[in-house]
Amino acid sequence: MVDVPLGSTGAVASHPIDDVELYHPHSWITKYVFSQDAKVIAIQYSLVAFSVGLIALVLSWLMRLQLGFPGVFSFIDANAYYQFITMHGMMMVVYVLTALFLGGFGNYLIPLMVGARDMVFPYVNMLSFWVYLLAVLVLVSSFFAPGGPSGAGWTLYPPQAILSGTPGGQDWGIVLMLVSLMIFIIGFTMGGLNYVVTVLQARARGMTLMRMPLTVWGIFTASFMALLAFPALFVGSVMLLFDRVFGTSFFVPSIVEMGQPLERSGGSPLLFQHLFWFFGHPEVYIVALPAFGIVSDLISTHARRNIFGYRMMVWALLAIGALSFVVWAHHMYVSGMNPYFGFFFATTTLIIAVPTAIKVYNWILTLWRGDIHLTVPMLFALAFIVTFVNGGLTGLFLGNVVVDVPLSDTMFVVAHFHMVMGVAPILVIFGAIYHWYPKITGRMMNDILGKLHFWVTFLGAYAIFFPMHYLGLMGIPRRYHDIGDMAFVPASAHTLNAFITVAALIVGAVQLTFVFNLFWSLRYGKPAGGNPWRATTLEWQTPETPPPHGNWGKELPVVYRWAYDYSVPGADQDFLPQNQPGFTSTAPGGLHG
Amino acid sequence: MAVALILVLIVVGSVAFHLVSPWWWTPIASNWRYIDDTIIMTFWITGTVFVAVVLFTAYCVYRFRHRDGQQAIYEPENRKLEAWLTAITAIGVAAMLAPGLFVWRQFITVPEEATDIEIVGQQWQWSFRLPGADGRLGASDMRLISADNPLGLNKEDPKSRDDILIEGGELHLPIGKPVKALLRSVDVIHDFYVPELRAKMDLVPGQVSYVWFTPTRTGSFEILCAELCGVGHPQMRGTVVVQEAVDYQAWLQDRIVSSFAHLMPAPRDLVAVPD
Ligand code: HEM
Ligand SMILES: [Cu+2]
Ligand SMILES: [Cu+2]
Repeated sequence: MVDVPLGSTGAVASHPIDDVELYHPHSWITKYVFSQDAKVIAIQYSLVAFSVGLIALVLSWLMRLQLGFPGVFSFIDANAYYQFITMHGMMMVVYVLTALFLGGFGNYLIPLMVGARDMVFPYVNMLSFWVYLLAVLVLVSSFFAPGGPSGAGWTLYPPQAILSGTPGGQDWGIVLMLVSLMIFIIGFTMGGLNYVVTVLQARARGMTLMRMPLTVWGIFTASFMALLAFPALFVGSVMLLFDRVFGTSFFVPSIVEMGQPLERSGGSPLLFQHLFWFFGHPEVYIVALPAFGIVSDLISTHARRNIFGYRMMVWALLAIGALSFVVWAHHMYVSGMNPYFGFFFATTTLIIAVPTAIKVYNWILTLWRGDIHLTVPMLFALAFIVTFVNGGLTGLFLGNVVVDVPLSDTMFVVAHFHMVMGVAPILVIFGAIYHWYPKITGRMMNDILGKLHFWVTFLGAYAIFFPMHYLGLMGIPRRYHDIGDMAFVPASAHTLNAFITVAALIVGAVQLTFVFNLFWSLRYGKPAGGNPWRATTLEWQTPETPPPHGNWGKELPVVYRWAYDYSVPGADQDFLPQNQPGFTSTAPGGLHG
Repeated sequence: MAVALILVLIVVGSVAFHLVSPWWWTPIASNWRYIDDTIIMTFWITGTVFVAVVLFTAYCVYRFRHRDGQQAIYEPENRKLEAWLTAITAIGVAAMLAPGLFVWRQFITVPEEATDIEIVGQQWQWSFRLPGADGRLGASDMRLISADNPLGLNKEDPKSRDDILIEGGELHLPIGKPVKALLRSVDVIHDFYVPELRAKMDLVPGQVSYVWFTPTRTGSFEILCAELCGVGHPQMRGTVVVQEAVDYQAWLQDRIVSSFAHLMPAPRDLVAVPD
């Protein structure tokens, strides 16, 4: 497939493919509902994920109201609080972020960026979305089931997850949660295979792996990891479901619940934790790697400068992806597992910091001596750097086994993971939407609303989560519906909690400007043209905007260069599209062709 | 310009918050000062990196902001710079990891002279068991739990006879004596957490975990549960009272009445159960 040798820049005849009439959808239903076009599927995925995100956001408000003003809102009792954290956490991590990055951005961008007409298995791709929708419906239905949703925490640790002391444990909640997860994984697998195979098999001529934009690398690596990690969760869910429904003892040893001995013996609660985190840790990077990839492209495009150290960036992505499978037990330092594991897992965890730091250096070195346009996507990328560095550095506390001991299971952890896998990736998602919206709709999003949205979200989120670390350092545990009286907690900590809540309400509210902007710009946004950011990657070079089914019209693009030919000395404009033949730079980057 | 300024303000604000805000850890009451030291060192290293990265970003945003006629440089790689940065990072990481692992070894290596005590969790209260005069804890089994034997002690085991049971009350400990707390749960996972002791460990049903520490300050400290264990999780509180040796002995004498032998009549033949 890759028949253009590196360095060759002479024009190559493209490979015309006749448009096969049968291949296009003919009815409204097959075009917009049961669509097999990756771009439509992407939008379906994104809209559903956004709706789930709004539910999860409202849940976070309710939790914050309880934490900031305990007892004022009597309907948020302990039961409800635990149901809210569980649904909020699970929704955000799996049903929002994973679905958005892979199902949303993956579907939209992979075929366009590698120069393919569509995903390689369009029908399976369509199924993937509908199965995902089913998983969401099952999950949301638990709000209406007897006993309400599960309140086991998003980590679902047995035995409490399936016992009566936990909301939904002996009702429907946990059952629906586990079933929904299993459905989600089935749906994801269909999509994930598509993303991986499309990248491997359907790249345009000349699009060697080392010419791919980092966005594609990020989503590709994350999909590959998800295909390996989700099965562990699947297995854990099946066994937990059996324990709950059929009374097996995979995870339940002999215990006495509320004075009653249960008819179980021999199960291991720790086994579930190993399965969960074998999935759970890579999951963090399944969310992070696409964000890494996307933000690299945002920075490079809007700083008009090639990404610094492209090859290092690719290797770092792959190294992080691989290493993230051997660090899972850093979530279990105080779980009662064999303490000698601590040495191994602390070492692997801190080793990951090295490739991660390389990525950060390369982002900021891309800004260095660039030509920085402070567009809304660039602002979000800068904010990502700040929050990601902050959250990544506190990871060095929690990864370093003995330092984790006092901090584990406190608000420090909540602050850390929100910063690094909540706020940072969401900032990238926003930046990416402002960036690609013109391609998707043909119109620009409103700049002033965008800036308002940006500043309130960024500064607000920082105000929520930065001070929260110190509550944890003080010793306030996480998942406390009410911290009540703790001798070591000064009254001022309650004031801080109220402040955090106010900030959270403001940040939540300002998201409405974003939703408004999305719809308003659809009609009234400035017409964008095909390539408003003057970007190099293929999706901006489509003959039509928005690209129709099949993306490229009659001729597939041919790729002559890497994705980062910005400000090439001697070129007559400050970017050279990947499909532009001719002109080779004399700079060392010439090695990318 | 404004953007660069705000980035600088974020750095200044964060550092100022760290230095002057009233929210900080509680004064320590155990031997785990090393953990605090490692945290402080980690704050220094990571804090420096945070400040450097964000200030550099702010500098770039200011210095390389778009102006007419400005062109970015074309420099895809700089192997030397990348190698340097990688090496420095690796050194920084090693500087945190090495002391961390060193202290971890102490954390999991229980000194010979430590006294065994037992901490038992159940939804949603703490119970404790202290060895009696023999200094050893008797055997226990989940299946023996009943209303008059709440911790499931084996009454056939002579070592259990003088064990002192404290249900849902205060755990008293003498100052300066290392203790090894054996952790057991009868129902779900809980976590023994005393912020002042800096120690924390899960209690897992079906197994016995442990944590050790030496109390270094008298006073009473709150025991919190730090692992979600159902709706009563935040209410699952207890107290550790650290006392001078004489006060502790006085308290212990009063407790003899709550020894296991008093709770449950002895069976006729006592058979020693191996530890
Ligand atoms: C402004 C936005 C957000 C606010 C105010 C917020 C607030 C909260 C609060 C109050 C908790 C419960 C803390 C506790 O009592 O332990 C929580 C838990 C959690 N949040 Fe968020 N959150 C936000 C966004 C996100 C995002 C974007 C993610 C995606 C990764 C996320 C993932 C989680 C997870 C995984 C948990 C843990 C749930 C558990 O303990 O089982 N949150 N959040
Ligand atoms: Cu992890
Ligand atoms: Cu608990």
